Amino acid sequence: MVATPDRIGGFGSEGWVIPEAGTLSEYAVEMRDVSKVFGDVVAVDHVSMGIRQQEFFAMLGPSGCGKTTSLRMIAGFERPTSGEIYIDGKAMGSTPPFQRNVNTVFQSYALFPHMTVEQNISFGLEMKGLSRSEIKRRVGEALELVRLPQMAKRYPRQMSGGQQQRVALARALVNRPKVLLLDEPLGALDAKLRKEMQMELKTLQREVGITFIFVTHDQEEALTMSDRIAVFSKGKVLQIGTPLEIYERPTTRFVADFIGETNFLEGTVQEVNGEFASLIVDGGRRFVGRAMDGVRPGVTAVISVRPEKVQLVEQPDSSPNCYEVQVRSIAYVGSDTRVIVMLGNNQLDVWEQNTISTLDPNYFFKPGETAWLTFKPENALVLAQ
Amino acid sequence: MASDSTVVLLGERSEIKPRPRGEAQRLSPGRFALVTITLFTFAFLYVPIVVLIVFSFNSARTGATWQSFTLQWYERVFNNPRILEAAANSLIVATLSTFGAVVIGTLMAMAMERYRFRGQSAWDGLLYMPVIVPEIVMGISLLIFFAAANISRGLLTLVISHIAFCMPFVYLTMRARLADFDRSLEEAAQDLGADEWVTFRRITLPLLMPGIISSALLAFTLSLDDFVISFFVTGVGSQTLPVYIWGQIRRGITPEINAISALMLVLSIVLVIVAQLIQRRQRA
Repeated sequence: MVATPDRIGGFGSEGWVIPEAGTLSEYAVEMRDVSKVFGDVVAVDHVSMGIRQQEFFAMLGPSGCGKTTSLRMIAGFERPTSGEIYIDGKAMGSTPPFQRNVNTVFQSYALFPHMTVEQNISFGLEMKGLSRSEIKRRVGEALELVRLPQMAKRYPRQMSGGQQQRVALARALVNRPKVLLLDEPLGALDAKLRKEMQMELKTLQREVGITFIFVTHDQEEALTMSDRIAVFSKGKVLQIGTPLEIYERPTTRFVADFIGETNFLEGTVQEVNGEFASLIVDGGRRFVGRAMDGVRPGVTAVISVRPEKVQLVEQPDSSPNCYEVQVRSIAYVGSDTRVIVMLGNNQLDVWEQNTISTLDPNYFFKPGETAWLTFKPENALVLAQ
Repeated sequence: MASDSTVVLLGERSEIKPRPRGEAQRLSPGRFALVTITLFTFAFLYVPIVVLIVFSFNSARTGATWQSFTLQWYERVFNNPRILEAAANSLIVATLSTFGAVVIGTLMAMAMERYRFRGQSAWDGLLYMPVIVPEIVMGISLLIFFAAANISRGLLTLVISHIAFCMPFVYLTMRARLADFDRSLEEAAQDLGADEWVTFRRITLPLLMPGIISSALLAFTLSLDDFVISFFVTGVGSQTLPVYIWGQIRRGITPEINAISALMLVLSIVLVIVAQLIQRRQRA
């Protein structure tokens, strides 16, 4: 449904300008020890990161975590209080936005209401001083790319949210920037359109080969679309990694909690043995999981285990993480069954995949019954507090 | 969605039984008082104006008796060089002071809307003081100021004074406009390679234009109609129309005055309507 490759082939006589590999600096954008202070609020706190060439990079975090401020500093709308931003290896200093080779898709789209779609998309090309015929050709191609070729003469207010979103995308991409910055661009769309646009954006990014930096607070969106994710909290970057790394090996409690669902059990580290650490939680139960940074005997820590990595069984097995629990509630959601169990005073979520098709009501545990909870040490993480 | 709820509302309303006719026609004492007061209020406001316009078409030289319909007073107005000169002065002063007030007021509103600085609310208060200051006070103070500054009274002093009292109205209108202005549009323009000046010319100015036009029409109307302040700062040979009319009235009201007044009224109403239409269209 996205523009087909032969359509893309027609996009500009020279196609998308992708510089020779040898001339590239490693990073399309690099932030070195960047801070931004507004009055007495530290919005961005000593952030350093490198966004690689042609990468789909997500900045993820709750609102007020500094992700949008970081994006605005890359665009040039805000200047860092300290530190430096490099675009394609060049220090940006106080370079104004109109001299940076990046373009932004705004959260509100920021389409010029007094201009038609065509005029909106032409704006950047006019500023570059391209000829009329060249502008016309590239605007036509950009409209094809976002599948709105018949909308050229419309005004933004005559279009739906999804269409406006595409126009905003076309207006930015038509300039063939080094980096495309997207500030929660799907935030205003309904759930279904959002899913569609996620796939489309991802495909588009691969086709045009431009570095995308995508700001979002939606962890699922970040996981689906990105090559790498930076998780922000309170102005700091807590972790940068692939979706897999972020989900399977969160290095802090915040990241484990923010990305996906997880169960936490608090306790004291008993011993660290190679890759693994054991933890005594209140009630004296001992759990074993992968030891993450800063885990030493005697420190307070949490063991984090995802609900889908926990099983409920009738008989205890050989795992060190196997304890008797009370089944509290059960919700059948089709693909899996979501169970809440009580382990002493701790409540845990367990998602059992429904691998067997059955109508037998006695097939699974019932609320009030006793079961054995178990998970493998390699599927759990011990995170320092 | 708005239209949906409207439909629902209309649907509900249509189910309410219409009142029996007799009941609606019977006037309760309260309702009678309300209608009477309303009618008197409107009569008080508009009868003098209607009389003025009607008598501008009356062929009788004096008095309150109707003789016959004539356009001769309008003809005389247009053949009287002194009236024409005063009208020209009025138009020159209104045009120049509108221009000055709109430029200064708009830029001031932008500065106050966009920057935060110490003592800002005090400045803000000072900017619309002239709306509250009695006109006579402003007229006298301007007169003293021009005398002290040794500026001889004429069109220049009129223009400066009119800018001074029109500017706050422009400022207030533009502040309200700018409060709704989406600054990300300007950022988008800069992001697309437009420098500050191009952004202002291509994005900010066109989007503010409806507000600028309506505040200009307001300023123009205020300047055209002003008497009190103009009276103090006008000089020989630079009389505006309202000042000229006042001078004529001292020798008695003539139908000619009625005709000029009617013309000014029509012009003012047209300007206000145009301003309203522009504002409404922008909101839609």
